[in-house]
Amino acid sequence: MSTFSESAATALALIASFDPGLWTVVGRSLAVSATACVIACGLGLGLGAWLAVARFAGRDAVLTVLNTLLALPSVVVGLLVYLLLSRTGPLGFLGWMFSFKAMVLAQVVLVVPVVTALTRQTVEDAERAHGEQLRSLGAGTGLRGLLLAWDERYALLTVLIASFGRAISEVGAVMIVGGNIDGFTRVMTTAIALETSKGDLPLALALGLILLVVVLLLNALISGVRHWRERLDGGVVAPAAVLAA
Amino acid sequence: MKRDAFNGALVAPVRRPPGASESGAASRVAAADLPLLFELRTVRVRLGPVHALQDVTLQVRHGERVALVGANGCGKSTLLRLLNGLLQPAAGHIARDAAARQALLFQRPHMLRTSARNNIALGLWLGGLRWPDARVRADAALARVGMTDLAGRNARTLSGGQQQRLALARAWSVQPDVLLLDEPTASLDPHAKREVEALIEEFANGSEAMTLVFASHNLGQVKRLASRVIYLEQGHVLADLPVHDFFSGPLLQQQYPEAHLFVKGELV
Repeated sequence: MSTFSESAATALALIASFDPGLWTVVGRSLAVSATACVIACGLGLGLGAWLAVARFAGRDAVLTVLNTLLALPSVVVGLLVYLLLSRTGPLGFLGWMFSFKAMVLAQVVLVVPVVTALTRQTVEDAERAHGEQLRSLGAGTGLRGLLLAWDERYALLTVLIASFGRAISEVGAVMIVGGNIDGFTRVMTTAIALETSKGDLPLALALGLILLVVVLLLNALISGVRHWRERLDGGVVAPAAVLAA
Repeated sequence: MKRDAFNGALVAPVRRPPGASESGAASRVAAADLPLLFELRTVRVRLGPVHALQDVTLQVRHGERVALVGANGCGKSTLLRLLNGLLQPAAGHIARDAAARQALLFQRPHMLRTSARNNIALGLWLGGLRWPDARVRADAALARVGMTDLAGRNARTLSGGQQQRLALARAWSVQPDVLLLDEPTASLDPHAKREVEALIEEFANGSEAMTLVFASHNLGQVKRLASRVIYLEQGHVLADLPVHDFFSGPLLQQQYPEAHLFVKGELV
């Protein structure tokens, strides 16, 4: 217990002193995950919205695969991206191995299924309730998906939290493709793993606290924005239209 | 499945039900002169395992005001969706006047989380109008239903009656030849019901002269708005009569006892 309290006190002191080593790692972590989330949301929101409204042969199989990918272990993603980016791999010519870009790519692969699956579910619920109205106005499949996603934009903020949380908290993939190189590819999670194994608990704890606070703040911010806009918009989603016949 | 547009002049005259009254027959003859809007021949629609419509054969002409009545689940909404093109028949033949514009109004209209004006403009934009022009016409539509002062209000914050009037404005904005209405006043309070019904009546009788096809459980409303009543039961059209013959005289009781029981039950 004394070790914990001493470590916690040292960790707080490290945070308060704005230790450059600590904050560099934090900044890199945020940059990698934010970049990955922006790319993943760009891909996943569009794909999820389309999957929600499109009907095609094999759709159920696609959704099963997508839902399976939600539970994709990050070390497996790391391994796959490693194989892709390694010197003899199909993307080896890019020279991204052990770089910022490699970590972003790994997190994009990890997060795209999360964004896609959650968007698909949200938009499909909206499609079930209101899709006919938009169809009767002449909205085709793609446009309907985008309009419904836009209409559910506050609900989709939750997707942003979930994807960022998944990206910033994973350790396996960035460890494998980033290499945890000090001053270059070290991020919060890989630093926590390394410092814990070295016995430097204060630094690990400080990073862990910052990680928690970052996610907590983001969550609170998005939740606040969502509630504010919903109050402004009368944002309670209307119940599904009851078909009388 | 075959689906095509038609020339109204080529279609066979409407069958006159045996024993129809003079006034009903007269209105039928007048209606038969009008060009065809929809023609369904032995149409079947399946919704999953359910046979929602079975062997439905009917015609709707421009200028008619057709009420669809029947118990819940009888196929009224399905028929409206079929006419609108949201559903396709599993069998049979449906023809629509390709030049006629349609608008479908739902019992609970869906409004996007944006202003009343934008909700109308979006429908016009989807129909091919440029966004600035769509917004101008949206303002005209709002004025038509007396909602100019609510143009900038978020549509989701409007009351049920206001949302239904907004939906009517959205429908009016595309200047439809036919208005398809799925129980448009079912979820409204009496005041809002009167307002919406008055607007519908204006659209049918005023300069717009829109054809109406509407589903309703409110037989008083059917009497006020319809010129013709189609009674459906379990996906079948059991009776198709001028409104006078449907509600008055012995014809309904003699020829269509199920429909008569329905009307009696509703009116008691």
